[in-house]
Amino acid sequence: MAKTKNDLLPSEGGFGNEPLLAVDNLHVEFHTRAGVVKAVNGVSYSLSAGETLAVLGESGSGKSVTAQAIMGILDMPPAVIPKGEVRFRGTDLLRLSEDARTQVRGQRIAMIFQDALSSLNPVFTVGWQISEMFRVHRGMSKRDAMKKAVELMERVRIPAAKQRVNDYPHQFSGGMRQRIMIAMAIALDPEVLIADEPTTALDVTVQAQIMELLADLQRESNMGLILITHDLGVVADVADKIAVMYGGRIVENAPVHDIYKAPAHPYTKGLLESIPRVDLKGQELYAIKGLPPNLLDMPSGCAFNPRCPYRQDNCVTDVPPLHEISGVRSSACHYWREVLDGS
Amino acid sequence: MGRYVIRRLLQAIPVLLGATLLIFAIVFALPGDPIRALAGEKPPSPQVVEVLREQYHLNDPLLLQYWYYISGVLFRGDFGTTFQNVPVGDLMKATFPTTLQLALTALMIQAVIGVGLGLWAALRRGKAEDTMILASTLILISVPTLVSGFVLQLLLGVKLGLFPIAGTSEGWYSFLLPGFVLAGGSIAYLTRLTRTSLVETLRSDYIRTAVAKGMNRRRVVGRHGLRNALIPLVTFLGADLGNLMGGAVITERIFNINGVGSLLIRGVYERQQPIVVGVVTALVLVYILANLVVDLMYAVLDPRIRYE
Repeated sequence: MAKTKNDLLPSEGGFGNEPLLAVDNLHVEFHTRAGVVKAVNGVSYSLSAGETLAVLGESGSGKSVTAQAIMGILDMPPAVIPKGEVRFRGTDLLRLSEDARTQVRGQRIAMIFQDALSSLNPVFTVGWQISEMFRVHRGMSKRDAMKKAVELMERVRIPAAKQRVNDYPHQFSGGMRQRIMIAMAIALDPEVLIADEPTTALDVTVQAQIMELLADLQRESNMGLILITHDLGVVADVADKIAVMYGGRIVENAPVHDIYKAPAHPYTKGLLESIPRVDLKGQELYAIKGLPPNLLDMPSGCAFNPRCPYRQDNCVTDVPPLHEISGVRSSACHYWREVLDGS
Repeated sequence: MGRYVIRRLLQAIPVLLGATLLIFAIVFALPGDPIRALAGEKPPSPQVVEVLREQYHLNDPLLLQYWYYISGVLFRGDFGTTFQNVPVGDLMKATFPTTLQLALTALMIQAVIGVGLGLWAALRRGKAEDTMILASTLILISVPTLVSGFVLQLLLGVKLGLFPIAGTSEGWYSFLLPGFVLAGGSIAYLTRLTRTSLVETLRSDYIRTAVAKGMNRRRVVGRHGLRNALIPLVTFLGADLGNLMGGAVITERIFNINGVGSLLIRGVYERQQPIVVGVVTALVLVYILANLVVDLMYAVLDPRIRYE
C-alpha cells in the first residue's frame, strides 16, 4: 500500500497518544538572489515526552533548518515557511504571535548548538548567561539566579562550579562549554530539548560524556529530545527512533534497532556501511559515491537517484512517497523491499 | 594592569624623541631663511642677521641644534622661545586647552550622532531609514570642512542666530557649532562603522543563542549585541581624537578660535622650529595616550583581552 507522506505520522501508532511535538508537512524556502532554495520539502516527524528522536543527515539535508523552524529562530526573510505546521501540545507554533513564541522559546522548547564557543556570548560570564534565564523569565534577584546557575553547573557536572561561575566562556574547554550550553538550555525544565550536532566539534571521549549527560538529564526530567547529527555512531545508544533526511525530505523513519538491523532506504544503507568497523580493519572504507544534491537545482524524481545503486528508470521521473513498512517504520524508496531484503 | 601601563608609557619615550628629531629635521630642511621671513619686506642689515643667527644657533649643524633644543626641554622644561621672545611653552599652554575642548566636543558629538544613527540604520537594515542614513553620510563625507563650516556659520550663526558666530567667549556653547563642523566626516564614518559592526554582531551565533533563550528583541540587541558591537568603535574614536586635534586648523580659522592649529600654521610659515616641534610633539603625545586608553578600554569591554 502506497500512502503519501502527508497523511502519515509514523510514530503515533507506536505510542498511541497525542505527541508532545509534531512537525507536519513542513516546507521551508530561502529566497536568495541565486533563486529559491527549497531547504525543507514536506518534513513530518513527532516526538513524545521522554522520547529521543535522532534526525540524521548530511550538511544541507534540511535537518538543522527544520529544527530552527521549530524554535522560530530562522531569519525571515530570507527564510519563508509556505506550508506546514509545528504543533506543540496541539498548538501550531507557526500561527502564534512573536510575543507568544518568545514565551515558548527557551522556557518550554530549548536548543543547544554545535559550536559552543561561538554560541556563548564572549563578553559575559557563564554565570551571568545561565542566570539570565531565571532573572528574565522568572523575575529572580541577581543573587538567587546566580545560586541557581551554580546548581545547574553542578547538575551538568562542571567541576568546581562555585569557583568557575564568574569565568568567561573562553576560559573553559570545549566539552565544558557545551555543558554550559546544556545548563542554560535545561534551566527552566523545558519539555523539548533540541540538540543540533552537540558533539560534532568535540573530541571523541568528550562526545561520549556529553551524550551520556544528555541521556541522563532526559531520564531525570522526562523531556523529549531531538538529536540532530550526521554521525550514526553517536545516536545508536541514546536514540529511540531515527528520521533520516536527504535533500530536504525524510527518506526513512524507523525505531533505532530496526534501522541498524536492516535499513529500508539505500541512503541509510550507505550511511551504515560507511561507519568504520573494527572487524573490517585494513579494508577500504565504503563511501557513498557522488555529492549531496544542489538545493538550487534538485535532481528530478528521487533526490538520491544520481547516487543510488538501486536506481531504476522511474526513480528519475517519480518522487517516491513515504511508504509505510510497519506501524512505526516508513521509507521513501520505490524499491524499499529490495533494499530491506538485500541488507 | 599597572605594570602594563608603565611599560607602555616607557615605550612612548623613544617614540617621542624620534618624533621630535624627525620634525626638527624636516623644519631644518625647509627652504628659506627664518630671519629674513621674520623681517618681512624691509631687509635687515647683514650684521643684524648674523647676530640673530648666532643667537638662535642657526649656523650650527642639525644635531647640535637639536641637542640645544631637546636638552632645554628635558632639563629645564624650556620649550624654547619664538623669534619674538615669547616662550613656546606659554603659547602651548594658552592654545592646547582650547583645541582639546574643541576636539572633545567634536568627539562627543560624533559619538552621540554617529553611533546613534549607525544603530538606527542597522536595526532598520534595508528599509527606507537605512537608505536615507547611508545617503546622508555620503553627503557628509563629501562636503569638506571648508564648505560646511562657512555654510553652517552663515546659516545657524548669522541668519538664525542660534550659535555664536566666532570666538570662545560663551564657554561650551560656543564650541558646539565648530565641534559639529570638525566632527563632520567622522560622524559619517562612525555611522557606517557602527552600522556594519552591529549588523555583523547580530549575525553571530551567540545572538541566535540569546533568541533561542527566549529573550525579546530589545534585550537581544541591547544587552547581547550592543557591547560586542561597540568594541571596534572604541579604536576609531580613540585614534580620531588625535586626528581631530591636528585637523582642527581649518575649523579654528573659520570660527576664529585661538587653538593649536593656528599656532602650528604660524610656526610653519615663520619657520619657527620650537613652535612646530613643540606642538607636533604634544600632538604625538595625545595620540599615544589616546591609544593607550583605547587598549585599556578593550580590556574593559572584552574579557578575552587581559594585560598583565
